[in-house]
Amino acid sequence: MYIYNENDQKIIEQRVAQFRGQTDRYLAGQLAEEEFLPLRLQNGLYVQRLAPMLRIAVPYGLLNTKQVRKLAHIAHTYDKGYCHITTRQNIQFNWPQLEEVPDILAELAEVQMHAVQTSGNCIRNTTTDQFAGVAQDELEDPRPWCEMIRQWSTFHPEFAFLPRKFKIAVSGTEGDRAAIQVHDIGIQIVKNDKNEIGFKILVGGGLGRTPVIGSVIREFLPQEDLLSYLDAILRVYNRHGNRTNKYKARIKILVRAWTPEVFAEEVESEWEYTKKIPCDLTREEIDRVKGFFTQPDYEAIDDNDAEQQLKILADDNIAFGKWLQRNIHAHKIPGYAAVTLSLKPTGVAPGDITDVQLEAVADLADKYSLGEIRTTHSQNLVLADVKKSDLFELWQKAKSGGFATPNIGTLTDMICCPGGDFCSLANAKSIPVAEALQRKFDDMDYVYDLGDLSLNISGCMNACGHHHVGNIGILGVDKKGDEFYQVQLGGNSDTDTTLGNVLGPSFGRDDMPEVVENILNVYVENRVNGESFTEAYRRIGIAPFKERVYSNKTGSKPTDPKESTDA
Amino acid sequence: MPKIIKDGQVIDDTWVIIDKDFEGVLPMAKVLLPMQYYLDKRDSLNLMCAGLWIDSEEEVEAIGLDANMFPLIAVNFPSFMDGRGFSIGRLLKERYGFTGQLRAIGNAIQDQLFYLKRCGFTSFDLKDGTDLEAACQSLNDFDVSYQSAYDQPEAIFRRN
Repeated sequence: MYIYNENDQKIIEQRVAQFRGQTDRYLAGQLAEEEFLPLRLQNGLYVQRLAPMLRIAVPYGLLNTKQVRKLAHIAHTYDKGYCHITTRQNIQFNWPQLEEVPDILAELAEVQMHAVQTSGNCIRNTTTDQFAGVAQDELEDPRPWCEMIRQWSTFHPEFAFLPRKFKIAVSGTEGDRAAIQVHDIGIQIVKNDKNEIGFKILVGGGLGRTPVIGSVIREFLPQEDLLSYLDAILRVYNRHGNRTNKYKARIKILVRAWTPEVFAEEVESEWEYTKKIPCDLTREEIDRVKGFFTQPDYEAIDDNDAEQQLKILADDNIAFGKWLQRNIHAHKIPGYAAVTLSLKPTGVAPGDITDVQLEAVADLADKYSLGEIRTTHSQNLVLADVKKSDLFELWQKAKSGGFATPNIGTLTDMICCPGGDFCSLANAKSIPVAEALQRKFDDMDYVYDLGDLSLNISGCMNACGHHHVGNIGILGVDKKGDEFYQVQLGGNSDTDTTLGNVLGPSFGRDDMPEVVENILNVYVENRVNGESFTEAYRRIGIAPFKERVYSNKTGSKPTDPKESTDA
Repeated sequence: MPKIIKDGQVIDDTWVIIDKDFEGVLPMAKVLLPMQYYLDKRDSLNLMCAGLWIDSEEEVEAIGLDANMFPLIAVNFPSFMDGRGFSIGRLLKERYGFTGQLRAIGNAIQDQLFYLKRCGFTSFDLKDGTDLEAACQSLNDFDVSYQSAYDQPEAIFRRN
């Protein structure tokens, strides 16, 4: 992974000093609330319902064990002993004291971590595929590019006060695991007809109040031109994005208003100028950064032997077999596998992890996975470089640590925002809905029979829980002070990213397990030849779901979802 | 007399900002003319004692290479959250080769000084009530920057 040099370290330390000064001025009454607000947001500090929330950056989801142990230390020293993995691969602490945040940042700086630009109207953490670098279907490792973007975007003097937040994702594969189509900028690594590696550039995707799939504005951008082209996009947006209405301020609204073609032309003409500035990457710099992501010294392992051993163990131990089926991802090197540690056991808020578990994960990573851990946008952790011969031992330890629930990619591996329990933007709670669903669908054989299925829950239309791209999406809405839940069906976040359709009037919280049960029954009764939920939904449409759910209605008072979301 | 920060020092300021809707005879002083006022009347104006100010929503392209007719151009930040002025500053300096004094006016705050400096601003008429002496230190919040900007056109990896 990338290791800071003297300059990187100095920048982060000076940030700590700067933020300490800002906090001191605020506490001394010398910095107004409304001025401190965007400054603290650009350092990841929110003031929530119950306490401040500090969001720490995990650049492109990559952590080493020293960093994970530091997070454990922060969790038990400054917080209530746990933290939360977000849908943008970052980490949130829910209970820090505002006065102590500069100390937390100083502790983070010791392990090359920070909270820079994790919130606010600026360029946020760049995210990518959690299997970057080990995936079999990868054209090139996206992480060096994410790091180059991280450096370019860190304290960019021109783009720290954008019309709205700005999120970039990079994918190195054809099949998209980084949700690049629903980011402000999506970057896909591609090869042109001359066999050169470059980037396809999408803009204007996003979820939130107005979900939009991004538009391609450039089919092929040469590697060296990446930063001047990003400068051009950001400058067009900074100058022309809507600044009067925050609900119309994301780049997607500008792209839609202008049309992607016109937006692309504006960017191209701006790029004529920005590429004359010596801002672009050099071959040496690309090679330098790539040098931090070279292939480790993998052992030469006979994959057939390894597989045979696993099969014997799995035959003896059904639970291990299930875990192998669900929580293991193929690795490009024979004899190795990537392991997903599930943070979705029943009864724990999805994505939450305790200090003790963090320590345990660090131990596992040191022992079995080259000392690195990844966070995923589906709020789990990944050990990316595990020898297949170690899987059984790892599974036993992961089980005692509480993160071996064999449910990755299934119904109970829900994506869920913190919702009304913590977040002051939320219209409704989301964690209790997730828990009720996990309790209702606790029969793992039933869950496995459903196959790959995503259920995503957001507590408000800001869509941190990515409900628009869940096969089943649940959105919390507020109706005159009461919490209701709108259901969407047919979304998906794979290569053919699709936004879900609203099923109909919303439901009370207690009705949700039954509503989801009805939806699943319609799928199970209608699927043919092992169709996935998405395939069946695309064939039969929304009508049969609607009919079942509303004819079986349980006496809740339906509300008009449109009216609710605008309330 | 109003105070501003210029080149890292707190100094008295003698420029008078002329409102956008100004009509009548200009005062006998160093005046900062609104951009549109200048564009409308440029053939009849005596620019001996004139600078210009540009609002954040205005298109700096309208001034373009005329920028160098002025010793000072100010860019207005109606709210400190309105970041368009950062782009306007860079365009004036980098695209139109403006060599004069570039000033931030309006409601820019101390914590933006470092970014403003990087975008080519050298003088700062900060939000009313700012402790200017204390604010000066924010010009140097960081010693190192990664990316190109006016003050350091070469990205960090192109130096050394």
